[in-house]
Amino acid sequence: MNDASAARPPLLAVHELSVRFLMPGGRHVAAVNGVSFELAAGECLALVGESGCGKSVLASALLGLLPGNARTRGTALLGPDDRIDLLGAEETTLARTVRGRRAGLIPQSPAAHLTPVRTVRSQLEETVRELRDTRRGALRAAAEAAAARAAFPADHLDRYPHQLSGGLAQRAATALALVADAPLLIADEPTTGLDRDLVDRTVDELRRHTDEGHGLLVITHDLAAAARMADRVAVMYAGRIVEVATAADFFGAAGPRHPYARGLLDALPERAFAPIPGLPPELDALPEGCAFAARCDRATDICTTLPALTGGVACHHASEAVDA
Amino acid sequence: MLELEHITAGYVRGEPVVRELSLTVADGEAVGLLGPSGCGKSTLAKVAALLHRPFAGTVRLAGEPVRGFRYRAPRAQRTRIGVVFQQPRLAADPRLALRDLIAEPARATGRGQELAERAAALATEVGLGPELLGRRPHEVSDGQLQRACLARALLLRPSLLICDEMTAMLDASTTAALVAVVEDYRRENGAALLAVGHDRVLLRRWCDRVLDFPAVPATA
Repeated sequence: MNDASAARPPLLAVHELSVRFLMPGGRHVAAVNGVSFELAAGECLALVGESGCGKSVLASALLGLLPGNARTRGTALLGPDDRIDLLGAEETTLARTVRGRRAGLIPQSPAAHLTPVRTVRSQLEETVRELRDTRRGALRAAAEAAAARAAFPADHLDRYPHQLSGGLAQRAATALALVADAPLLIADEPTTGLDRDLVDRTVDELRRHTDEGHGLLVITHDLAAAARMADRVAVMYAGRIVEVATAADFFGAAGPRHPYARGLLDALPERAFAPIPGLPPELDALPEGCAFAARCDRATDICTTLPALTGGVACHHASEAVDA
Repeated sequence: MLELEHITAGYVRGEPVVRELSLTVADGEAVGLLGPSGCGKSTLAKVAALLHRPFAGTVRLAGEPVRGFRYRAPRAQRTRIGVVFQQPRLAADPRLALRDLIAEPARATGRGQELAERAAALATEVGLGPELLGRRPHEVSDGQLQRACLARALLLRPSLLICDEMTAMLDASTTAALVAVVEDYRRENGAALLAVGHDRVLLRRWCDRVLDFPAVPATA
């Protein structure tokens, strides 16, 4: 974050966001628990963690796309001007003024996100018509300009989604998300299933959109992709953020401070390639205290109380961990 | 263990995605096959798993030529091979609880009783506790489901395991955990491995030998 962005109110300010799913039989699944973070314009925040830790639910909550049995708490103020609480807003408000216009989604599997029976051009033109008051005659040029911004080749515009490679489908979906120039972009696992070259290209393109001034919240389990694109990293475990750090510290010499985050990095094949023992706790039966204690080699009695996120890390033993 | 000779395979005659490719995996050897998406490596993996009939070429399993593919593959040959795919959601019957998913090959071969104990042991080995085994695929995460799919592939004690992008959807810790399970199994059973993927660092760390897909010599 540079000084200019720090002086202004953040683009997105999430405070104590919780999501519960009500299940049959009175069960609750606590998918997101008291998550707070801020995102500035021109900044990329990577939300990393194991599958099933609540990352995607968080994204859906911000876009008002949760299923009917979900209950949210907290606030998520989307700025920079005319701030709106994404969690409290009516569905009609979200549909008319937020989704696509102020917050764009780059989906996890673009091939499934695109309409299979229509060409990319037809979908782009429809989106341009809906989101920007473009005259019929100017649609074609506007759609082509939108495609160019996402580096989608113009000679592929008349293709159907099944005729696109994974990388091109990704760019088509990105082009749709960029049509209205939404200041906030949320990318949910944008690199899953792509090979390393395509991951690097996708990541560099997303980074370029960030540098153009968009705020980017990227949800990923690909640590290499996060290292390449993010300014800051937030590590999520069992629905909570357990560590927030600058990408330089997290992936650099300083390294992560939370035992879970260190375990994640140590599991990489270029490092120790050693898995974290055990599985994450089930979200309908979270322990009272630190959710990671059962898998943690540093756990002591104090870990039966929930550690607060202080100084960027939620761990009772964080200060010892730094020396280790 | 596995010999592929001059395999040409694809989906439309005249437009093969794999051309004249030869590859050998020795007994107990771990071979990694690297390539970008769309290069035909999954097609080759399907041929090696006897799930796709090549246009031309010979597949030999433990020295015996394979004469039939898919449902025509002889059971004795089919059951020597375990396969794990990239997307567990597509590879798992959504109606089956994980317990039944793991035991699927046993029931298909009429050995359910005999293998019940092994299925339970494998579930523990891949890290699935009893509370997860009663759940169906939509009630578990991708990582948990892939653990079940790996247990299913190991149930009949295959002498060749084929992993087609087994960990592409998974986080670092789950990846390392599943690779560790595969390696434990191979150490105990002397099984061979063909791992297909695009992560060079991972395959280098995992396999004895790593081949770049287009660079596989036409005559090995």
